[in-house]
Amino acid sequence: MNTDWLLQHSPALIIALPLLAAFLMPVVDRISRKARNVFAIIVLIVEEILVLFLAYDVFGGNPHIYTMGAANPLTTVPAQAAVPIRIVLEVDAMGIFMAMISATVCLAAGIYSLAFIEEEKGKGKYYTLLLLILVGMLGMELTGDMFNLFVFLEVLTIACTALIAYRSNTGDAVEGAFKFLIISSIAALFVLFAIALLYAQYDLLNMAALASAIQYSNLDKIALVLLVAAFAMKCGSVPMHFWTPDAYSVAPASITAILVAASQASLYALFRVCFSLYGVTLNLSTIGGALIIFGLLSMFVGVTMALPQKDIKRLMAYHAISQTGYMLLGVGVGLYLLAKPEFSTYGIKAMEGGIFHIINHAMYKGLLFLTSGAIFYRLKTRNLNEMGGLGHSMKWTAIFFIIGALAIAGIPPFNGFASKLLIYEAAYKVSPILSIIAMLVSILTLASFVKVFHSAFMGPKIYDVEEVPKSMLAGMAVLTFVIILFGLFPGWVVGNIVHPAAQALADQAAYIQAVIGG
Amino acid sequence: MLRTTGGYWDPVLWIIAFIVIAIVAYIIRAMGRGDYSGKGEQTKPYISGVEEPEKEMVHIRAGNIYWGFMESMKGYYSTMMKIHTGLVNDYISWFVGISALLFIFIFLVEVI
Amino acid sequence: MIYSIPFYTVIILILVGMYAMIFRRNLIKMAIGLTIVESAVNLFLVTLGYREGGVAPIYTNLPSGIKIPEGMVLPVPQALTLTSIVIGVAILALMLSLSIMIYRHYGTLDSKKVRRLKE
Repeated sequence: MNTDWLLQHSPALIIALPLLAAFLMPVVDRISRKARNVFAIIVLIVEEILVLFLAYDVFGGNPHIYTMGAANPLTTVPAQAAVPIRIVLEVDAMGIFMAMISATVCLAAGIYSLAFIEEEKGKGKYYTLLLLILVGMLGMELTGDMFNLFVFLEVLTIACTALIAYRSNTGDAVEGAFKFLIISSIAALFVLFAIALLYAQYDLLNMAALASAIQYSNLDKIALVLLVAAFAMKCGSVPMHFWTPDAYSVAPASITAILVAASQASLYALFRVCFSLYGVTLNLSTIGGALIIFGLLSMFVGVTMALPQKDIKRLMAYHAISQTGYMLLGVGVGLYLLAKPEFSTYGIKAMEGGIFHIINHAMYKGLLFLTSGAIFYRLKTRNLNEMGGLGHSMKWTAIFFIIGALAIAGIPPFNGFASKLLIYEAAYKVSPILSIIAMLVSILTLASFVKVFHSAFMGPKIYDVEEVPKSMLAGMAVLTFVIILFGLFPGWVVGNIVHPAAQALADQAAYIQAVIGG
Repeated sequence: MLRTTGGYWDPVLWIIAFIVIAIVAYIIRAMGRGDYSGKGEQTKPYISGVEEPEKEMVHIRAGNIYWGFMESMKGYYSTMMKIHTGLVNDYISWFVGISALLFIFIFLVEVI
Repeated sequence: MIYSIPFYTVIILILVGMYAMIFRRNLIKMAIGLTIVESAVNLFLVTLGYREGGVAPIYTNLPSGIKIPEGMVLPVPQALTLTSIVIGVAILALMLSLSIMIYRHYGTLDSKKVRRLKE
């Protein structure tokens, strides 16, 4: 196969492959159990390779454009029209950065699921929905079209809801799923209403074309409020975070790891709307300030609510909220400083920190949720009070947990430290109080993971259990590998992956240019 | 090496430093007495003369950890618990409320 | 004036739906509230696409004397509405089936009693 051809069509293939595979899954499931497992893993691996293949080219400085249905995918504007009418996929460094996160987390969770859900029913449907979640995330991250964003958001919502309610023999799972569904669909309707408001004014749905036309009129402001509120809630920022612990704690652990990445897809959409769609037309300091406030609240409330939790996954879910706060703070500082002279010195550093934290968080929080699933797999409980002494028998799980816990608490030399350091120092320049709160939260994070480690793994041997099956360990090992790699070489990662992504997000002109100018 | 706003961060240097410190610590430890066996009365915990309980009995469960912190932050936590009702209607009203606040936040700044 | 009535209807429907979702404790009624909000958004989209005297852009079935493309309606809002309706049906079906399962587990549809997950 010609690699140029593959490279050119890979944006569409990345979305199409899991979509087709998802609906093939019930057929493959009829053949045999093994065929289904092999098929799922192969699809996830091929997907990961495709994403990395495209990422290599995009980080080399070529944003990719793909026009759906056009004879030549590069002709975004048809000959008879003045504006882009077809659905355009726009893959810049930020989009492919997020796609890498989604593909990696799904791969790890897929490998992990092989043994994890072995005893459950409906495994064929499980993998179908898992691939649909992947489609939803990737679609949101690669698309350059507002309405397409909404459609993929809904695909993501429906697939996530079905998988949160996967263990529907317990009332909790159904309740969590219902809460997630009603909250997500009202947010999605807000998004649709905002899209309609924008369409009413500019007759455009393409993000880049909208960005070049946007006037920041009163209707635009209403649309901005609706979009920011909806996506901020979908990413779980305080004080709209209530659904997060409910949904995260009841979903199977492998799905919870993916839900973290799914929330980050919404976070990406939030950043995309603020930076690429509105960009410099915004009254920047206000919405940037709003993001900083969301970030501070999320960090503090998330971590303090995590401390007294007794359910291990609920505790980790509150930490997920708290860590989302760091990303909002980092990127919020960047948005606050955008179009000011300070941006090139420390504004971009803050954004790098926030964006680096997204990938770090997806990896270590995914890993932590997978270890909590390993504990659940053996003990059949999520209650921390009933745990103890697991370190005697589940050594690998304990080691993975320590690595994840140290990374989330920002202990050097793990990756969480590098991104937090970038955020601390840049936020300090804006206001020292931001850094102080961020560091305090980091300490409390460590404290609560010490609690989890002590009560789950330390102490006398209470349960006579074995280590979890190999495929679960392999799933955790994938994420651990990335954590250690990013921990040891943060300079390379930031320079080659995170900095281009931050630059792509901040540079609205290039985003518009890629679709309309060429 | 990662350049930050105020300086740089290099985990490889950090690990080298960690290893050096570990070696120094090991050397200091090796300078100690070699004939200490580690047995005897001094290694046992002393609980005011009370017999030491069984190892199975002393594991501190999660609910008891950070009891003092919770106690001192009681006011904060009782407010927080009150907010986290678990009622799905409240989730939606928070969402609508925050949207309204954002709305005011964005429009009010223009007026001032 | 007459042309802005649909927009007022949209606002009223959104408020009614939001009211149902915030103040009604019954999960089915909340689902109905959500559907009302969704209908409002759909109505808004359709209203945006309305052109006085425009015809549907079906080239094989054009009445005579219609200028191409000025006399025709751009079908994008209708396409958006259709997609949104389809998605809405899926969401509603999922929501109602979850309500059924909640009723089986909890024996009630009162959202005040369906809260094992809190704090």
